[in-house]
Amino acid sequence: MAGTKQTKTLTKRAAGTKRARREAGPRAGGRDTVPRERRTADRARVPSGAKASRLRVVSKSLRKLDNEAIVRGEARYTGDMVPAGALYAKILRSPHAHARIKSIKIDAALAIPGVVLVLTHENIPRIPYTPAGQNFPEPSPYDAFMLDDKVRFVGDRVAVVVAQDEPAAALGCQALVVDYEVLPAVFDPIEALAPGAPVIHDEPDATGVLDAQRNLVARIEVDVGDVEAGFRAADHVFEHTYSVHYVQHVPMEPHVTLAYLDEDRRIVIVTATQVPFHVRRIVARVNQVPISRIRVIKPRIGGGFGGKQEVVLEDLAAHIALRTGRPVLMELKRDEEFFASRTRHPQVITLKTGLTRDGRIVANEMRLVANTGAYGTHGLTVQSNTGSKSLPLYRAPNLRFVADVAYTNLPIAGAMRGYGAPQGYFALECHMDEIAHALRMDPLELRRKNLIRLGDTDPIATQLGEGKAGFARVVRSCGIEECIKLASRAIGGGATSGGATAKPSQPFERKRRGVGFAICMHGSGIAGDDVAGATVKVNEDGSFNLLIGATDLGTGSDTILAQMAAEVLGVTLDDIIVHSSDTDYTPFDVGAYASSTTYVSGTAVVRAAEQVREKLRQVAAELMDVEVGRVAFKESFFTAGTKRVHVREAALKSFYGETKQQIIETASFLTLDSPPPFSACFAEVEVDLDTGAVKVTDIASAVDLGRAINPKLAEGQILGSVSMGIGYALTEEMLFSPMGKMTNASLMEYKVPTSLDLPEIKTLIVETDEPSGPFGAKSVGEICLDIIAPAIANAIFNATGVRMRHLPFTPERVWRALREAGS
Amino acid sequence: MIELSINDKAYRVEVQPGETLLEVLRGLGFKGVKKSCETGNCGACTVLLDSRPVASCILLAFQAEGRSITTVEGLSQDHRLTAIQEAFIEASAPQCGYCTPGMLLTTVALLAQNPEPTRAEIREAISGNICRCSGYVKIVDAIERAARSLRLK
Repeated sequence: MAGTKQTKTLTKRAAGTKRARREAGPRAGGRDTVPRERRTADRARVPSGAKASRLRVVSKSLRKLDNEAIVRGEARYTGDMVPAGALYAKILRSPHAHARIKSIKIDAALAIPGVVLVLTHENIPRIPYTPAGQNFPEPSPYDAFMLDDKVRFVGDRVAVVVAQDEPAAALGCQALVVDYEVLPAVFDPIEALAPGAPVIHDEPDATGVLDAQRNLVARIEVDVGDVEAGFRAADHVFEHTYSVHYVQHVPMEPHVTLAYLDEDRRIVIVTATQVPFHVRRIVARVNQVPISRIRVIKPRIGGGFGGKQEVVLEDLAAHIALRTGRPVLMELKRDEEFFASRTRHPQVITLKTGLTRDGRIVANEMRLVANTGAYGTHGLTVQSNTGSKSLPLYRAPNLRFVADVAYTNLPIAGAMRGYGAPQGYFALECHMDEIAHALRMDPLELRRKNLIRLGDTDPIATQLGEGKAGFARVVRSCGIEECIKLASRAIGGGATSGGATAKPSQPFERKRRGVGFAICMHGSGIAGDDVAGATVKVNEDGSFNLLIGATDLGTGSDTILAQMAAEVLGVTLDDIIVHSSDTDYTPFDVGAYASSTTYVSGTAVVRAAEQVREKLRQVAAELMDVEVGRVAFKESFFTAGTKRVHVREAALKSFYGETKQQIIETASFLTLDSPPPFSACFAEVEVDLDTGAVKVTDIASAVDLGRAINPKLAEGQILGSVSMGIGYALTEEMLFSPMGKMTNASLMEYKVPTSLDLPEIKTLIVETDEPSGPFGAKSVGEICLDIIAPAIANAIFNATGVRMRHLPFTPERVWRALREAGS
Repeated sequence: MIELSINDKAYRVEVQPGETLLEVLRGLGFKGVKKSCETGNCGACTVLLDSRPVASCILLAFQAEGRSITTVEGLSQDHRLTAIQEAFIEASAPQCGYCTPGMLLTTVALLAQNPEPTRAEIREAISGNICRCSGYVKIVDAIERAARSLRLK
């Protein structure tokens, strides 16, 4: 790369651990069996002038603040804090994929001992809303109701039984008598869009649906230049179609919500959410209660991954607390978590690309049909992201992106880590690999000929924002080349050419190994939309309260934001007391989504801390009896000539000195920037030709994240993303009966990777010091997941010559593909 | 009314015939025992029963009578962290932390029976504990670290 201000850091996994032992069986190609040394962390020298070398707290792998509570078993999640005597509410769920509720008889349920309330569409207000955790006005249709007289998927809400305890609530649900008029259902989005398909949202009061009669939630069409002219001028045109499927977040903690009235009769909601402020607003709306009468608290949560960027239970729980005056617990059981919360959006994607003879892209077109399930939450924005995150990666004078988002009578698709980008990149990076092979070109060379570069403008960003026009985006930091180099070296053999021929095998060997790669870019927050606030409050002992709306899902954001504050204030991590995600006490933050926390919430924290430091500088100036303009700040001391005042002393004197005050500063940050992190993934797979089983034997994910505020926590994000990506590619799949019922809604039958299903995932951090980022940071929460599936698909091709275009690559599918190819 | 021995203390508790050990433990205040799948498939509810890891969500409470139960709360004596707990912190293993109690107890059982496990043996031992956040790498690192630290004692 030509960029001059790039710092590069090699960060391999933790030092000092035992050598990895290879456990695979006989290997093709005579690969050595010497145990692979786990390399120690290694930091490259940073260029002079960069502030990085003087960082004391940021860029250190300090302990996550809550790890001690967690290992003691003292960490408290929502379900651990239920007051004695709380009611338990259970949702009766539809057995039909599409039906009208003709009547619900509730008397028998009410007669069950312990049942105190039964809710149906007949005794609950009918207010259309979207449960999507997005800024207002939400770019999702208002097509949901707390309870409706229609059900639109197997698992949809029918009624709610509120009782003294879980067994009584379950008996109450069984005692409800529901008369359904079963309607024809549709499960394929293309069929749903065709004339004559059953209309899933025929209610007159839904708004924001593009064409409900056609089951069309949204259509996105973006053009840059003229692709048809581009195709005509091209020497080669390639077109391929891919498909991606239904998977679920599978957080270890299913959705859970506690709601109660405090002594002022305000509704308090303690809930496993990524979006406390959006929850407050949405709950206020559907319950017709002022926002000021609601407080939402996010305690520790057991994973989110986008599934908790939604109102799933809070609307009902608040309603019940209001109606009964008593605390109520609502939770999803594991099967409900699968089919009655949220999922990823399935899509069918066609890519058509025109290139010159020497492999330069002249026209690039992506067309897709997405299945958003029975309700349109995130339907427009996830699919927008499919185009806006993937297409800018390769320069093309002519671009076209078209997406149709359709309802079906299947579980609700919503936000899920990557938010449309994993879908788009599966198609794009497989497609590029296919083109390279057709052109007999090195797949890396093909990428390099077309890759976006430092200084480039993303041509599609202005047209694809959060459901509306976006903002121009210029690449100001780009470490993709380092990522490619590091990741390709890390899987051994130094294969920089992913197009190497399949490893030669022994004549009797029925396993093949292959290597594949994929690359991507992502974003850091939603430009012009993600807003974050932070408050820093001084305490007399030189500690500081950091109040942030930002939402820690177990990601460690509390810790890294505290690290940033400590760095600015010249104190240690122990001096920062973090309180987050409480709508009464912490400033507004949109929540944990779009990889915004480090970049957007982080900048708000830095600014609030800087503001506090300025006020303390004034106190120090008074103490030293000098002009405030003469006071410098270095390594925890305010200095003027030979005089100095420690920040702790300034803090104490701010309270008890001559001018007594409470220094407390709030900053809020909104930016039109969303600098892309970059990532490269190299994967080695072993394919069993007799069973179709694919094993990932080695995988390396490298990411240019700007700067790692806490390298170990950043590695955690990479590791989790890669493991989710491997599940997406190989083993995870929601299966449905012909009647639309999920048939594998359990952790036995839905295959989340276990410790035996994953290799020793290698993580590599590249730091490019993004100019607009706090301490140079961009983001790392989602990007690495984007390209695991195509890297594996390309590796399978390298190993077997067979091209897999439809996820997931279960043994059966691979086996069939091998047979068709004559293996 | 049954008598349970939990973390070396005796508890007398009224249980329903169909109540699981998970429900009873959590009802007694052992909130570190996590509820996740309630079908014995994920390991979040792992406790040690006579030193062996079991899924408390599919064990009926009365089946644990007369046997010794260890939960994550029973790991640290005098509020000091054990070597295993320290190792998990040092290796930066927990993310959301929901799988961690189960992982810790599985680790206790593993290292009691195999003080020098290979990474492959560790992965085998924790294969009944699902983690969605971490890809298991740092958890395996933590367990290796813990094994080393225990051997040094």
